[in-house]
This record gives sequence, structure tokens and C-alpha cells, in this order.
Amino acid sequence: MTSLLEARGLSLHGRLLPTDLDLAPGQLVALVGPNGGGKTSLLRALAGVERTSGHVRVDGEDPEASGPGRRPYLTTFLPASRDLVWPISASDVIALGLPMPDPRRVSNLIDILELGPLAERRADQLSTGERARVLLARALAPKPKLLLLDEPLSNLDPYWMLRLLEILRQTTQQGTAALVALHDIDRVPVFDRAILMDGGSLAADLPPVEMLDSAALAYAFRIERSASGWAVRRSADPQSSP
Amino acid sequence: MKHWWLGLIVAAAAVLHLLVPWTPLAELNRTAPDSAWLLLTEIRLPRTLLALGYGAVLGMAGASLQALFANPLASPDITGSSSGAALGAVFASYWLGLTSPLLLAAAGASGALLALAIVVILAGRRSDPSVLLLAGLAVALASGAATSLLLALAPSPFAFYDSFDWLMGSFVDRSLPQVAVALIPAAACCILLGTRRRALDLLALGEDVAGSLGYDPRRLAIDVIVLCSIAVGACVSVCGAIGFVGLIAPYAARRLTRGHPGQAMIPAAMIGSILLLVADLAVRFGPAGRTIPVGVLTTVAGAPLFIWIVVTMRRRVTA
Repeated sequence: MTSLLEARGLSLHGRLLPTDLDLAPGQLVALVGPNGGGKTSLLRALAGVERTSGHVRVDGEDPEASGPGRRPYLTTFLPASRDLVWPISASDVIALGLPMPDPRRVSNLIDILELGPLAERRADQLSTGERARVLLARALAPKPKLLLLDEPLSNLDPYWMLRLLEILRQTTQQGTAALVALHDIDRVPVFDRAILMDGGSLAADLPPVEMLDSAALAYAFRIERSASGWAVRRSADPQSSP
Repeated sequence: MKHWWLGLIVAAAAVLHLLVPWTPLAELNRTAPDSAWLLLTEIRLPRTLLALGYGAVLGMAGASLQALFANPLASPDITGSSSGAALGAVFASYWLGLTSPLLLAAAGASGALLALAIVVILAGRRSDPSVLLLAGLAVALASGAATSLLLALAPSPFAFYDSFDWLMGSFVDRSLPQVAVALIPAAACCILLGTRRRALDLLALGEDVAGSLGYDPRRLAIDVIVLCSIAVGACVSVCGAIGFVGLIAPYAARRLTRGHPGQAMIPAAMIGSILLLVADLAVRFGPAGRTIPVGVLTTVAGAPLFIWIVVTMRRRVTA
């Protein structure tokens, strides 16, 4: 298999057990798991923010060995935090994502994310949902080969949740692989593949529909299918579960 | 060069600083041209260079510390590094008996580094702005008190008296070798700090984003802290601590860089130079026969601005 991402033995002390992961080009992958399951730790280790051991190759290149001028073209990371301290305009925040100035790419992203009226406003004074779009645009800006997104859908209204998934689909159709951490497991079916993190390790790696029906997911989240969608699993017995 | 016009103002302020007051210089030039040249090169030039260079250091260090701590109130004086530098220099001078300007500069840099390190350990790199302020205040108060104690107990009975001109921040009667000791390491540090511009801009998006784009935030923090400490420590060991320029200059500079904290570093250096050159020009017009240390003037002028920044920050938080 030709993999775009090849990660081996990634670990983070106390939070992520040694984990291998391969992603194919163009794959849109959902990363799910309970709070504290290790989704963010896996993303951070892949992004090279923090890691105890292991190595990452993106399209055969080691992002950490490549300099700041090259690395954004290989991979970008959107953390879950939406905090901004400085009074920088939305369009300038997007431009910061590019190693080289490219005003056309910035205005292109402003159009895609419908940020036109907000582009010159201070990004730190936008609403959380608006800021989330600006920060996502920053991560998309260099057209990286691998996108690592932590909770990009949180704080978004229904229109933007759907629109963002469309944008991610369009991005992956151009060959980018995207690993997207989610809380809302009902969004999983639009992805190509679903990965479940639990207890700091990769608990399941399945096609999305199978993931939703899997015992692993029900066990990890302590929920079960019910007539109205999902319900808390009352009869949970840790001894008898997988 | 985006802000070339600031460079012009710096140059104009420096020339003005060198030549004003013009009358004694012109008169001396008529009667004894050699003495006029000496006055210009031996007395006025060191003073101009120190105002120019120290101002640039304060602007640059202030801008990089603010970017690093994600805090518009950070600066060499507020993080305690200026008072730490003064403590280091006083200890080396009055207790170790060192007289070499280079060793005093090293002692100043060590004091600044120690103070800044304690503040970072107390407050963390990107803590709440007020926590950093409190930690800086604690370190500044402690090193100020320790400095007074060292002076009071110093073997030399005149320590208090003759340290006054030195520690209050003044450029008067410094020699060219002293200027070199302060400004050569400071210039090197400023150039190295300048290469961290882009990294510090990206730090505006958070440590994780900067790290994922190839700028290790831990290393960046160590680099900025060490470089600022050396630059500030060397200047303080020659001129004493000067307050508020390191706070105000970056604040003004960010208005020119659309809020970018890293890009603001070079304009902040130039604004710092202008502020100190103008302030040091202003103290020459004080009451005849009295010298007001320039550090006193910057503090008197800077305190209201500081209060204003605090008030606007509070409004931003509550809004």
C-alpha cells in the first residue's frame, strides 16, 4: 500500500502507548474516542509537538527534519484551543500559516470559508465559531499533504458543520490526507475510515459504518444503540466486555 | 525595509542629541577646535550611542518578551530583569571588587538571567498576564531590596552615594570603552533576537501551532530569555536600569505591524531609540546645575501610559 503517512511506535509518556498508523493519500479519517482516550495526544505526537518516541514520515519525508520553510507543506496541525492573544486581523492570521506570502491563497481561503466581512476584523474579537473558521483556514493555507485537526467541528453551527465537512472532502480529493478528531460520533459516516482511541492506544480501525456498530466503540464510550439513537449503557460490566 | 521612515527619525534624533545644545559646541569650535572635537567625540558621542543603543535594546527585548509571554505588559523592567541586572552589577562591583567593565557586564547579564529565570519558574511561560506581573513584581522588589542591602553593607562607605548616578539610569560621563562593553554584546543579541521574528509571530497562534510548524517553543523561550538577559544586563551594568521604554516601545510598534508581535521587534527597537534619545535630550533642559537621571524621566512619563494600558486591558477582559 502506498501510504502518505507512515507513523511507527509513536508514544507520549503516560498518555499514548506505542502506536503505528498509516494513512493513504486522499483519505478522510475520523478520530473518535472518549475524553482522555488519547485523540489529542496522537495528533500532537503526529504533529511533532510533543513525543516520547517513534517516528513520522509524510510522503517519505521527516517533517521534523525539514525546516520551518518546508514543514507546513507536509503537515499542519489545528489544536482544539481557539485562543488568540494579539489583535491580529483574520486575514493576517490566515497569512501566518504560509511560509511565503501569498495574498491570492489568503483571499481564496477567505472566499471558501465565507470570511469576507470578517477578514479585516481582529480575530481575537470574533465569536468562537468564527475564530474556528479563521484558524482552520490558517491550517489549510499551505495545502499540506497531511492535515491534523483537533475538534474542528466544535463551536460550529449546523450550516458550518456541514460546510466544513464538504470543504474537508474537497481538500482530500486533491490528495491530502486528513485525520480529524471528533466528539460527535454521528458525523462519522461521512468519513472514509474511523479510528477509535481508548486508554491511550488504538482500540479499533474500521470503516465508519462498522465502527458505529462495533462493540469496541460501545465499550469505549459506555453507550449503546437505542431506538432514538444512543443511550447510556446501564448494564456495563467491564469483565464481560472485549 | 518597511518602516524606513522610523530609521530616518532615529537618525535625526541621534544627530540632534549629538549637537544640542549647539552654542557651547560652536563657541568652543571658534576658540579651540581641538577641544570642540574632544567634546563631541569623548563626551557627547558616548552619550548619544548609549541612548541610541540602550533604547533599541529595551524596545527589542520588550517586544520579544511580550511576544514570548503572550503578554502586552511584559518588559525587561516588569519581569525583574533590569533590577536583577543591577543587583548582579552592584554585587560584582562593591563586594567582589571587580572594576573591569566587561566583568561587570557579565555580572549584570547573570543577574538579569537569574531574575528572568525565577519569574518564568514562578509564573510559567504563558500564564495569566497578572500572574507574570506579580511574579515580576516580587522579583523586582526582592532584587531592589537586596541591592539596597548590598550597598548599605558595602565595604566602601560611599557605595550608596556613587551608585546613585549609575543605578538610576544615566548616560552622563560614560567612556567609549564602556559604550563598547554595553553595546557590542547588546547588538549581537539584538541581531539574534531579530532572527526569531517569524517564530515569535507564529507563537501568537499558540505554542502547539508554533511547535507543529517547526519552531520548538521551549528552545525559542530559552533563546529569547538568554539573549534579552545578556543585552539588558550589559546595558544596565553601564547605565543602570531604565523603566517603561521596554513596555511602551513595543506597544507603539505593534500599531505599525497590524498587531504582529514578532514583526514589531525591529520597529520597537527604533521607537525605543527615539524615546531614549528624546528623553535624554529633555533632561539637558532641566534646572541649571542639576542633572535629572534620564531613567527618572522615563518612569515619570511612562507610569501614566502603563496605567492606561492596564485600564484598556481590563476593559478588554470584561467586555
